[in-house]
Amino acid sequence: MNLTWYLVASALIFSAGAGGILVRRNPLVILLCLELMLNAANLALVAFARAHGNADGQVFALIVMVVAACEVAVGLGLIVAIFRRRLPIDVDELRELQG
Amino acid sequence: MAEVIFFIAAIGAVAGALGTVLLRNAFHSVLSLVCHLIALAALFLLLRAEFVAAAQVIVYAGAVMVLYVFVVAYIGGGDRPLAGPAGPGLKVLSALFAGVLFAELTIALVGSGLSALESEGAPYEPGFGSPSQIGGLFLTKFLIAFEIASILLLVAAVGAVILARRRSGLEDPREVSVADVMRGRHGTLTDAPPETMLEAGGPPRR
Repeated sequence: MNLTWYLVASALIFSAGAGGILVRRNPLVILLCLELMLNAANLALVAFARAHGNADGQVFALIVMVVAACEVAVGLGLIVAIFRRRLPIDVDELRELQG
Repeated sequence: MAEVIFFIAAIGAVAGALGTVLLRNAFHSVLSLVCHLIALAALFLLLRAEFVAAAQVIVYAGAVMVLYVFVVAYIGGGDRPLAGPAGPGLKVLSALFAGVLFAELTIALVGSGLSALESEGAPYEPGFGSPSQIGGLFLTKFLIAFEIASILLLVAAVGAVILARRRSGLEDPREVSVADVMRGRHGTLTDAPPETMLEAGGPPRR
């Protein structure tokens, strides 16, 4: 299997995630789309690690997974805090910081 | 054989990604992402990354997705879409942006002319991607990254607990918005002088 196929699949997943972040307004789904983009980057990293026969890329992928887990924890904490304050769970309505 | 498995897994991964983006219900999006992650783990296995694939299934598809499912169930994403549709103009523009991004990435990858990309990769050595090799790298070459990652996890865990804990210090949590607090319409704990050391340190018990 050519490694180009893996990279094309990674590009496809990354663009799907990027489009999803732009389209969706629910912060939960935006977090999910961020996960998609990080996973696409992971797939590219592992494919390049295979191309070089060097496991450094796999270590990088594992670190990316750690960072993604941190992002999920803090993001979900923020969403729960927003929900507790009875604010709308919608990134278009949450504009008190003038975003 | 590898081709068949690759195409099954890749189609599963891309379909899971599209489902995550397109499904209206947040809960269905989460389940779609689980399918995507498992298909991606199969791709990792094809790339001889056994340990990354195992970590993907256990940590991501297991632990992180359970967190997502709990939060979706808590805020009630099940019965109705939490947010209405975006404007049609924005949707078309976003889809166009995603398509252009994909075209650009593909051109950059295919046009890079890297000879390694046209092959199946470097010759396979026994032990490549095994837990012992990854563990050895983590404890020798990438020790600092490993330690920083553990500190980051600790900080994120503490931050998540502080963000999501129940606050009872505000006057009426139903009507308080961030802007009102900033303008000082609603008293916070700091307005009233603390009666005891306990109140000064935390929210009063009511």
